[in-house]
Amino acid sequence: MSEWNQSSVNEVPSRGSESQKADETFAMGIALPDGQIPVYDHDETFHEKPENQWLEMWRSLRANRAALVSLVFVLALVVIAVIGPYITPYNPIETEMSNALKPPSAEHWFGTDQLGMDIFSRVIAGTRVSLTVGLLAVSIALTTGIVLGAIAGYAGGWVDTVIMRVMDMMLAIPSILLAITLMAALGKGIDKAVIAIGLVSIPEYARIVRGNILSIKENDYIAAAHVVGLSDARIIFRHVLPNALSVIIVRATLGISSAILDTAALGFLGLGVQPPQPEWGDMLGRARGFIFQAPHTLLYPGMAITATVLAFNLLGDGLRDALDPRARIK
Amino acid sequence: MLKYVIKRVLMVIPVMIGVSIIVFALMRVFSPDPAPIVLGQHATIETIEAWRDANGLNDPVVTQYFKYLTGAFKGDLGTSYYTKTPVTEEIFARFPATIELAIAAIVFASIVGILLGVVAAVKKNSIFDAAGSLFALVGVSIPIFWLGILLIMFFSGYLHLLPSGGRIDVLLKPAEVTGFYMIDALLEGNWEAFGNALQHIILPALALGMYSMAIITRMTRSSMLETLGQDYIRTARAKGISEGKVIGKHALRPSLIPVTTVIGLQFGSLLGGALLTESVFSWPGIGKFTVDCILKSDFPVVQGIVLLVAVIFATINLVADLAYATLDPRIKYSSKKER
Amino acid sequence: MTTSDTTTTSECPIILDVKGLSTDFVMKRGTVQAVRDVSFSVHAGEVLAIVGESGSGKSVASLSILQLLQPPGRVVAGEVRYRGQDLLLLSKREMRDVRGNKISMIFQEPMTSLNPVFTIEDQLTESIRTHMKLDKKAATERAIEMLRLVGIPSPEQRIKEYPHQMSGGMRQRVMTAMALSCDPDLLIADEPTTALDVTIQAQILALLADLREKIGMAVILITHDLGVVAESADRVVVMYCGQVVEEATAQALFERPLHPYTLGLLESIPGMEDTEDDGQLYMIPGMVPNPLNLPKGCAFAPRCSWAIDRCASDMPPLVELEDGRKLRCFVDVTAVEPAAPACAPAESAPAGPTPAGPSPAGPASGEVRA
Repeated sequence: MSEWNQSSVNEVPSRGSESQKADETFAMGIALPDGQIPVYDHDETFHEKPENQWLEMWRSLRANRAALVSLVFVLALVVIAVIGPYITPYNPIETEMSNALKPPSAEHWFGTDQLGMDIFSRVIAGTRVSLTVGLLAVSIALTTGIVLGAIAGYAGGWVDTVIMRVMDMMLAIPSILLAITLMAALGKGIDKAVIAIGLVSIPEYARIVRGNILSIKENDYIAAAHVVGLSDARIIFRHVLPNALSVIIVRATLGISSAILDTAALGFLGLGVQPPQPEWGDMLGRARGFIFQAPHTLLYPGMAITATVLAFNLLGDGLRDALDPRARIK
Repeated sequence: MLKYVIKRVLMVIPVMIGVSIIVFALMRVFSPDPAPIVLGQHATIETIEAWRDANGLNDPVVTQYFKYLTGAFKGDLGTSYYTKTPVTEEIFARFPATIELAIAAIVFASIVGILLGVVAAVKKNSIFDAAGSLFALVGVSIPIFWLGILLIMFFSGYLHLLPSGGRIDVLLKPAEVTGFYMIDALLEGNWEAFGNALQHIILPALALGMYSMAIITRMTRSSMLETLGQDYIRTARAKGISEGKVIGKHALRPSLIPVTTVIGLQFGSLLGGALLTESVFSWPGIGKFTVDCILKSDFPVVQGIVLLVAVIFATINLVADLAYATLDPRIKYSSKKER
Repeated sequence: MTTSDTTTTSECPIILDVKGLSTDFVMKRGTVQAVRDVSFSVHAGEVLAIVGESGSGKSVASLSILQLLQPPGRVVAGEVRYRGQDLLLLSKREMRDVRGNKISMIFQEPMTSLNPVFTIEDQLTESIRTHMKLDKKAATERAIEMLRLVGIPSPEQRIKEYPHQMSGGMRQRVMTAMALSCDPDLLIADEPTTALDVTIQAQILALLADLREKIGMAVILITHDLGVVAESADRVVVMYCGQVVEEATAQALFERPLHPYTLGLLESIPGMEDTEDDGQLYMIPGMVPNPLNLPKGCAFAPRCSWAIDRCASDMPPLVELEDGRKLRCFVDVTAVEPAAPACAPAESAPAGPTPAGPSPAGPASGEVRA
């Protein structure tokens, strides 16, 4: 009980953390029943021009230190993905059995794996695979999801029913199970993994886009666009999608992180990248037997996955805060 | 309320049929032919054809599907290509293990997640809040299978505290009644077996539940923060009741409403996560088995498992919705819109 | 003396004595002094109205009394003596014994002030059981009795209901029942009727007046509505920008308002005076100043028709006049014409006997008082 009491009403915590809280409180208008301060309303950014939206977004993102750090980290990962294979100290697919399962040392920073391959080089080289799969899978899910969601939301009627029922069915199966089933049908391989992971996350995007379209379809300016005689497709792409953009961007950023996790999971199960291509999940799956004998083989690839996923999650959270003023009050 | 439940159950049927069509199409149309895998490399074309005939694989796909569907309604999901055992038997032999693990994981995730979420919200912007947020962030970012590996390394390899895999020591295995070893052990009054089963389930439950715990923490925190800003919290404080009651009763209960939905959804996704956890911890459940069957193109088993998982998924959602309604008196079943 | 001494409450003992209360909100953008050096006292059994526009600090002052402020709000100075005991010095546990028991509070939002997930019974019996140490059954009986007292029909059934099953007026009655359930000495009613429609407003006010007589408690009525004050208050404290600008008995205030702001407030009440000529509602010109950046002198000076040079540079002190009136103004509005004719209130002074001239006990006619 006494622990709860510490937060009681007239207690005053340190000032540094206070200030932010205060601003939030005022934004919500709860602290002062008679509205002590003119509330600075974060008005709907709906009708603003995209230029402003980008600028606004960048400004709020810049204010979020965690998101900024993660953005830098993500950019660094992209650089590693691009130049990684050229800067690895060893050939990431060169085996040297005499040197297998060596712990980290000056020559091999992260040690060597069961085949004597340099783990550091493989972790660096694996960045490209994870990022590529993440980005491609999300692109597939995003484009398909946007198109399906837009059609469903815009057309309505039986088209909507059919599309959304199929989405419901896909959501009724855990995504990793669906992805594995897809992999079984498509066969092993990284390209198949991209497709499988992309397909299973279509419903999320379709739902978001459909929901957004339904909520703004009735808006006056859409009706106005109709009156002016713009084609439906043009209306969708010029007017409806930009409005759903912020939600989609946030979702897609978080989607990259789950795509990377799924890739690693498929790799771990031996379904993704085929050896000797370096991939983090696959490295973990193959080194599993050496868990007590050579823990370092399992440590670094896992850290790489976690750090990458964490960075995209942080970035996604930061973007959400930056793009959705209402989320900021949380 | 019964009417609502029936309506919801009826709504699930078309989804299940759809799911079965998707899986059927994936398995029978796109997947590699199981015959050579089942019969081995040395099978002749004749034996393969004979096998395909025997298993109905040479019929048109639509015919195959309707045969399967009528069988499924009668509770017959076919037999495994490999073990020749009925699929239902194969599944139910392994399912309790998975459900036991999933329940342990969701219980851990809910208790710890709600606790952390509440503390983070009540002590907003404090060190507890920051630590909770960081923990939650890592929780959603860490791959289940790697977390499992780390747990084994630390608790089994380094501390020698907990077993690294399996459900129970073979010698202590209780007689199967429910298939849940912990319950079976209690039914026998065998405390040693219960303790042993408990020791075995801790690490996989932690690994499996971590992601859900993180999601529940975040949800509880934001929901709790919203509730704490409500006028009725001020009313409660103005009554002069203890702060523990203000938080633990007036703020917690409304905050838990959205959390129950999340818990329901998370329980569903745990079944997917179980695939990975089970393979890390050699947990004799359905997860590892599923992966093997998919890779071996054991169609009937895979179809059965996916259908069953989808049914469970739907059931959990229904239960979560009902829980939601008991927590929130404003919800009326009749006026509730379809999802 | 001459104005109003019809009430006898001032002879009753003081039960709440607020002295120099100051409450700040410390924020990134600066510090808002929501309540600045506010003093007033409440006698047993009287109704004290605290009046002001939104943002005048009246609600914050009342929340400060019960220490219900949420961070970043914080009482920075002053004392709140309840029967001699400074509430600000009490421990949390001791403070909880006061809240809802000796001093209770009704809030302005009946729609959101009740917890949606608990029954009326649950929420009502909670404080009864906490403070009166009754068992469950006795507490429920007491709760039903209270519901009956506040005029809720068939309370035995309604007590089982959830807030969403009740109308706004009913909920405010429930709130009132909750506040009164432990026989408080003092009830703080923060805009109890603002969110309700007019007929319900009148019912709730009548109910409060009725209950006050029955129970004999004192009431602090916080409102922006002088109509409400006229109906029910004994004494009035007028607040502007966190400060007390005028204090008087209700009768004296309505008969002879002395602060330009009070004048403005009175002018803006519809139907309060005979605005037969144009029917236009008066509005105080200008805006409430930004609380982060208050004027150096009198906070009302920028909007004041009487303002003189000194008002912009010096803060007028709160001066005690005869018969217990208090005033924070350099100018004697009863003697001087307003400077800006555009918003001239001279012709339409309040409904009192005579606007300016023959006020017998008026302050020494002169421009500057302090």
